[in-house]
Amino acid sequence: MKPVTEKFRDIALDTLNDSKIQANLNALYEGFHSRRIAAGSATHNWEDLREHGRSIREHTVENLDFYIEILEQAVVANGGNFYLASDADEAANYVVELAKSKNVKTVIKSKSMLSEEMSLNSKLEQNNVEPIETDLGEYIIQLADETPFHIIAPAMHKDRSDVADLFSEKLGAAKSSDVNELAGVARSQLREKFFQADMGVTGANFVVAETGTVALVSNEGNGRMCTSMPKIHVAVTGMEKIVPTMNELSTLLRLLIRSATGQWISSYVTTINGPRSSYDEDGPEEFHLVLVDNGRSKLLSDPELREALLCVRCGACMNACPVYRKVGGHSYGWVYPGPIGAIVSPVLTDLKQAKDLPFASSLCGACHEACPVKINIPRMLLHLRRKLSEGDNDLDTQSSSVFERGFMKGFSKIAGNPLLMGFSVKFLRVILLPFSKNGRLKKLPGYLSGWTEYRTFPIPAKVSFRRLWKLKNR
Amino acid sequence: MKASLFVTCIVDQFYPKIGESTFGILNRLGIEVDFPKGQACCGQPMFNSGYWNDSKPLAKKFLQDFSDSEYIVLPSGSCAAMVSKFYAEILKDEDAALREWEQISPRIFELSDFIFNVLKIDDLNQFVTPNSPSGVLKIAYHQACHALRELNILNQPLTLLGSLSNVELVNFDQEDVCCGFGGTFSVKFPEISGAMLSDKIHALRNSKAEILTSVDSSCLMHIRGGIEKAGDKIKVMHFAEILHDRLG
Repeated sequence: MKPVTEKFRDIALDTLNDSKIQANLNALYEGFHSRRIAAGSATHNWEDLREHGRSIREHTVENLDFYIEILEQAVVANGGNFYLASDADEAANYVVELAKSKNVKTVIKSKSMLSEEMSLNSKLEQNNVEPIETDLGEYIIQLADETPFHIIAPAMHKDRSDVADLFSEKLGAAKSSDVNELAGVARSQLREKFFQADMGVTGANFVVAETGTVALVSNEGNGRMCTSMPKIHVAVTGMEKIVPTMNELSTLLRLLIRSATGQWISSYVTTINGPRSSYDEDGPEEFHLVLVDNGRSKLLSDPELREALLCVRCGACMNACPVYRKVGGHSYGWVYPGPIGAIVSPVLTDLKQAKDLPFASSLCGACHEACPVKINIPRMLLHLRRKLSEGDNDLDTQSSSVFERGFMKGFSKIAGNPLLMGFSVKFLRVILLPFSKNGRLKKLPGYLSGWTEYRTFPIPAKVSFRRLWKLKNR
Repeated sequence: MKASLFVTCIVDQFYPKIGESTFGILNRLGIEVDFPKGQACCGQPMFNSGYWNDSKPLAKKFLQDFSDSEYIVLPSGSCAAMVSKFYAEILKDEDAALREWEQISPRIFELSDFIFNVLKIDDLNQFVTPNSPSGVLKIAYHQACHALRELNILNQPLTLLGSLSNVELVNFDQEDVCCGFGGTFSVKFPEISGAMLSDKIHALRNSKAEILTSVDSSCLMHIRGGIEKAGDKIKVMHFAEILHDRLG
């Protein structure tokens, strides 16, 4: 997916002005967000589970090279094919070439954020292969020719009337306001495709190194269809999604599902160990696991940002984020929105182009609090801000203006000297006083004008605390 | 017991009354309070904007100014988080300063945290004077983010406020959600920040609150600014001002 991270501000403003999307975003607080909190409270030793989950993720990420090797051996031993792609293009080419060589006409897909990184759908289409998204939300997005708005609820910005209009326009379906009827329309369309497809492409919520197992979480059963009906199954996933053994998988699934939807467990948890064996009644004849780096090595090699690789992609941080709940997913301009997206997108795409993302946060810490593996997102946002403001030795990242740099340097000098500070603020008060009323400014100029659109600004006090203290203790 | 007041630059220059109230309360609770004269800004604006090199001299200055203090008390959750938590990031490569900070940081407390966890006071009624106001004020507490999530401060101010017979704590919707301030965030993205602020004010409007309070003067400056712009009537007072007023 081509990043449009530089458009953050524009798309955010459009989203703020869209009352329908605002209502859907607002519902996240009482919805996913509150249900996650309830599921956590109802889970015995939830905090211990989070700590344990974190330690599993840390261990795996720190020993990733080792586990990738083990995983490869296991996949091959199960009769599958293993491919490590260094970037999204390599991964996409692998899948496209495979489809071409097997004369594949139709690919059914279950939800995969990584395939969004790869722009897999458009690349398949360019090669006359028809990709069909089978997750209902993804199917809606595909019909609308949009990108996912949320990593686990890709079409959450659309309400049922939007979907009815879309189904009517694209599929000729009768307009209905009934959710079950709308789902029925999609189901009947997709059912045909499940039978036709020659290849299934899925993501992987986790892959188990020891057994070569791909684990998929879904609520619609489409994941299971994609992995069992077509002759070929290809799973694509980020290289950080490995867990050592089945024991760790159970811990992480518990954390993932409860943090994502607040469900105790999802309707389906599918585990696939490779192609159909002689004693299997169904399943694909061919299995491919495509593990993708695509910039993850950059995160891995940066000790300050490595923590971002612990992410299990549950979406809890975006549901908890008051900024995401205003600007929505499209504003972030690439595959991963919200707080974790503000870390991952700049590093995996282009930090300078995505320079607004790390700054578009009030650093309230709700994401850190919500994360099932306790990723300290605010800390990493601060590190990215530092790279952008001061520059970075390894990366040509500085994007701050000379004015801002000068201002901060000057402010630091003044703020560190009480006499100078007192004098400067006094001076400021004298300038501002004629424009104020009852000690408040209703309009500020230039850079600060946005502030006073929504708030008044106080002018400095006549007598500072320091002065009062001095007078009292004279 | 002695405590040094780190009044923070916003309180010093914009809200000196909060500083006076903080001093008054600590005094009432039997603390000998001093005010290290050299104190300046903690460096949070530069740190949060990515200018760590510009915040470093301020961190070192803080260590210098407060090295002898038995306790350091602040009327601000975010500044307290800055000096007691985030200095670790800024001083990471400065061995001597980092060691010094490690000595000082356990002695740094936000005001409500200090009263509750150091002085071990959970009932303030014993300090109420005969001339304290008898009418009951309906007060909403804003859960300032840095206080809440960096320093675990929620129970402290709520218990202390709730212990006063002339205070009634009232609830409002989405109490744990940020007001949208975030320092330079509100300047760089005033519309997003403004939308968050509008939600906060809307929730307060629908509550029974007469007064909004918190332990952070920056959040309060932001919310007060929004309330005034919107023409609402809810009054905004810092936690220290409320205690000072209610104890009489």
